[in-house]
Amino acid sequence: MENFEPKIVAFLCNWCAYAGADLAGVSRLQHPSFMRTVRVMCSGRVDPIFIIQALKNGCDGALVAG
Amino acid sequence: MITLSKVTSITGEEGNFTVTVKKYPRYVDMDACIACGTCAEKCPAKVVDEFNEGLAKRKAIYVPYAQAVPLKYAIDRDNCIYFQKGRCRACEKFCPTKAIRFDDVETDITLQVGSVILTAGFTPFNPAKFDNYQHARFPNVVTSMEFERILSAGGPFAGHVKRLSDGVEPKKIAWLQCVGSRDMNRCDNPYCSSVCCMYAIKESVIAKEHLGKDFQPTIFYMDMRTHGKDFEKYYDRAREEGVRFIRSRVHTITEVDASGTLNLAYVSDTGKRVEEEFDMVVLSVGMEPAQSGIDAANILGIELNPYRFVKTADTSPVSTSRKGIYVAGSLQGCKDIPQSVVEASAAACQASVSLSSARGTLVRDKIFPAELHVAADTPRIGVFVCNCGINIGGIADVPAVAAYAKTLPHVAYVEEDLFACSQDTQEKMVDVIKKEKLNRIVVAACTPRTHEPLFQETIRNAGLNAYLFEMANIRNQCTWVHSQEKDKATAKAKDLVRMAISRASLLEPIPDLSVPVSKTALVIGGGIAGMTAALSLANQGFSATIVEKSGILGGAALDVLHTWKGEDVPSYLNDLIRDVSANSNITVLLNAEVIDASGFVGNFETKVRRNDSIQTILHGATIIATGGKAARVDEYGYGKNPRITRWHDLENNPEMLADANSVVFIQCVGSRDENRPYCSRICCTTSMMQAIAIREKSPDTSVFILYRDIRTFGERELLYKKARELGVVFIQYSLDKKPVVTETPDGLLVDVFDPVLQQPLQIQADLVNLATAIESAPNEDIAGFYKLPLNAEKFFMEAHAKLRPVDFASDGIFVCGLAHYPKPIDESIAQAMAAAGRAATVLSKTAISVSPLVSKVDTGKCIGCGLCAEVCPFGAIILEDADGKGYRAKNISASCKGCGLCAASCPQKAIEMLHFKDEQILAAVCAAGR
Repeated sequence: MENFEPKIVAFLCNWCAYAGADLAGVSRLQHPSFMRTVRVMCSGRVDPIFIIQALKNGCDGALVAG
Repeated sequence: MITLSKVTSITGEEGNFTVTVKKYPRYVDMDACIACGTCAEKCPAKVVDEFNEGLAKRKAIYVPYAQAVPLKYAIDRDNCIYFQKGRCRACEKFCPTKAIRFDDVETDITLQVGSVILTAGFTPFNPAKFDNYQHARFPNVVTSMEFERILSAGGPFAGHVKRLSDGVEPKKIAWLQCVGSRDMNRCDNPYCSSVCCMYAIKESVIAKEHLGKDFQPTIFYMDMRTHGKDFEKYYDRAREEGVRFIRSRVHTITEVDASGTLNLAYVSDTGKRVEEEFDMVVLSVGMEPAQSGIDAANILGIELNPYRFVKTADTSPVSTSRKGIYVAGSLQGCKDIPQSVVEASAAACQASVSLSSARGTLVRDKIFPAELHVAADTPRIGVFVCNCGINIGGIADVPAVAAYAKTLPHVAYVEEDLFACSQDTQEKMVDVIKKEKLNRIVVAACTPRTHEPLFQETIRNAGLNAYLFEMANIRNQCTWVHSQEKDKATAKAKDLVRMAISRASLLEPIPDLSVPVSKTALVIGGGIAGMTAALSLANQGFSATIVEKSGILGGAALDVLHTWKGEDVPSYLNDLIRDVSANSNITVLLNAEVIDASGFVGNFETKVRRNDSIQTILHGATIIATGGKAARVDEYGYGKNPRITRWHDLENNPEMLADANSVVFIQCVGSRDENRPYCSRICCTTSMMQAIAIREKSPDTSVFILYRDIRTFGERELLYKKARELGVVFIQYSLDKKPVVTETPDGLLVDVFDPVLQQPLQIQADLVNLATAIESAPNEDIAGFYKLPLNAEKFFMEAHAKLRPVDFASDGIFVCGLAHYPKPIDESIAQAMAAAGRAATVLSKTAISVSPLVSKVDTGKCIGCGLCAEVCPFGAIILEDADGKGYRAKNISASCKGCGLCAASCPQKAIEMLHFKDEQILAAVCAAGR
């Protein structure tokens, strides 16, 4: 597990978490490259099916932030 | 937006000013700069960072902070090595877009404008001259502004709170209030700065969040002034979470050891001298008008008040002494963010009134080519991978990403760009789209939050619908944050591009959406706020209907004699009622009540009942000004004895005062307790004015004010000072030791415990006047009709407590006056003007464009369960009777914000979100894992 590099799909709200991820970039805050962002207009848009599909299709985790 | 500039002269008059502006050189070409930050990285000059209060360093080429607007770098000439020593030019050498202009010069700009709005702000008080606080000598004594930076995740210590002397995490911090405020002894600022109590509580609570439960914050204060909406609840919460509040002024601070720990000496409530050690001290510094604002005011020729804030009248709170020049924010007086935003909208409204005849005359519409019909065509995706100079290309392997994109399904064309956003690339992109017959476009570059509109405009220029576009964020969320892991950044960029392409292949064109606007407003409530709002709209040429429940206009102001600055309210009110009644754009419906409403921005339909007849009003905007009133309480014998009165009873019945030898005012009657956990904001000032009037008229009458905290915020503090000078006696009481009023044959007896004397006192009173809580009107019905939220105390809840203080989450509806929260007349007027200004943004259009990214119901699948209507925060889905088949959900696209809650909650999968359909999102999700 030591070298395990998960692939995490991240559902980020356009208005807050996505903007936060952008700002992390502007501030050059370095972090592991596991995250694959899917932009949504609200974290409330995330249907549980999206998460199940992410896991079924090879992602190791899902993050919903908003 | 003209930055780095100052106004040097102004001539002319309202409607026709000529303003000269001196624009200082930025030495960076704003069009070329992409804010990549390479220049700052290479710049060798380290400079004290003013934004971080000198606690960090920046470079000589810099942006003040990450969120700065415009996000463009600037060279600080005084600290630039090239400008000072003649060599370096590192920024010029490394700038990927050749944006550095060492030969940039100062220029004069002349502007022709109709109105001017002054918003130059404040300067925090500099405590260096206070030797007792030792800010200049002791490293662990910091100002609140410095502490704000220490707390900030974007600050010098990335949000990790530590002492400046030794970097140790503090266990105990003391906040000292009123540093540079309410002080004529050590500085010349007799006013209260209004915001410091609240920010000190906020800082202490956030510090506790950062430092854990063992952290002990203490706030030393004179009066806790949490008079804003829902601020009292925050104060209560802070106490519950362990913030200690001590009513005392610390007189001496010394360092106890070499580590910098501080000893604070003060006198307790009971008169004992106490000494206590703290790791840090935060000085809650007050506000002073910004010198640049004072200079600008002098150039503009507008009057300042004795404290050098811009002089305004309560009844025209954003107008300066010069016609056509308006003011907003803390340059007018100390205030917090919501009030500043309110005034900004109010000033914009007033400026629009004088410019209404010229509205829209300088607007030019952009014309796009006709849209190609490509929806049914097989996707031909064009992919543009941006290097962003070296921002992407220097880390991720862009040629490899581009080569990979070519292998993906439906990709017809791939190119690499040095800067995808540059003007020449944009023009080439239009040609390529046409030549290659591309029908879906993916740009792999920075963030859609800043650049999507630009690229959407480009593809529209090529005849494609704006929504056939997708971005892959491979800069902000990839190369910038994985700059040390080039291979991984490349792999992630490929994944992001694959996800974007996968989604792009399923994108569909979405037509623009606009709704017509009924150019009239409905104003609910005919008090000062409602009338001001209606008149502000009418003066811009819009019509308005005022619905007033009672038989007369005027509302709560009918009882008020003077504003806090002493302006005559009855005559102002008379003039206002006369102007409203005489204005042909305004219809007044008295004895009228809203009984139902439907519709959305631009197209509301409200039913009003009046004298048993019901009329329907069509209107484009709605302004809620339902007002409030003083509570009737059964405390302190009110209602049982005619000598126990409330609010304005005494000043409106001056004969009662004729033979009174002793008058007692009791504050916070029914406010700030369990039932109404809020401060009514205006009561301290009102009692203060009445007490002053009594003492001025009959100096032999004893006047007592029994209070919990005196909250004469801003320059109202001068009234408190004057009352003390006139001999009004102030006795502080606490909630657990409330005064007791008893009737005796000789009059009234008031028992109260005096915390200074530590003795119970008995006051023989002829009259007792109660400052009872200000309550909201019964707002539930109106809230229900328009689907608006109320807070626990039934005041309307605005869209955002700080940034959108007159809006609701639902478009086209605005709030002002006491319906929002208790407030003085000047603030009600400003908020009413703000509401009118916001409403005018709707009414000034014949049709409003709304985002077409809305939800769509498939009525064939809908079973009418109503979950969608229930979860929709914007009232954008309603249930409609479907002729014997029960109910079916119906979208109101104009109200929809595109959040997609409905789509995610629909058990039938009967709702889809345009542009964010399930299959479109899933395409990206499934592509992520591959």
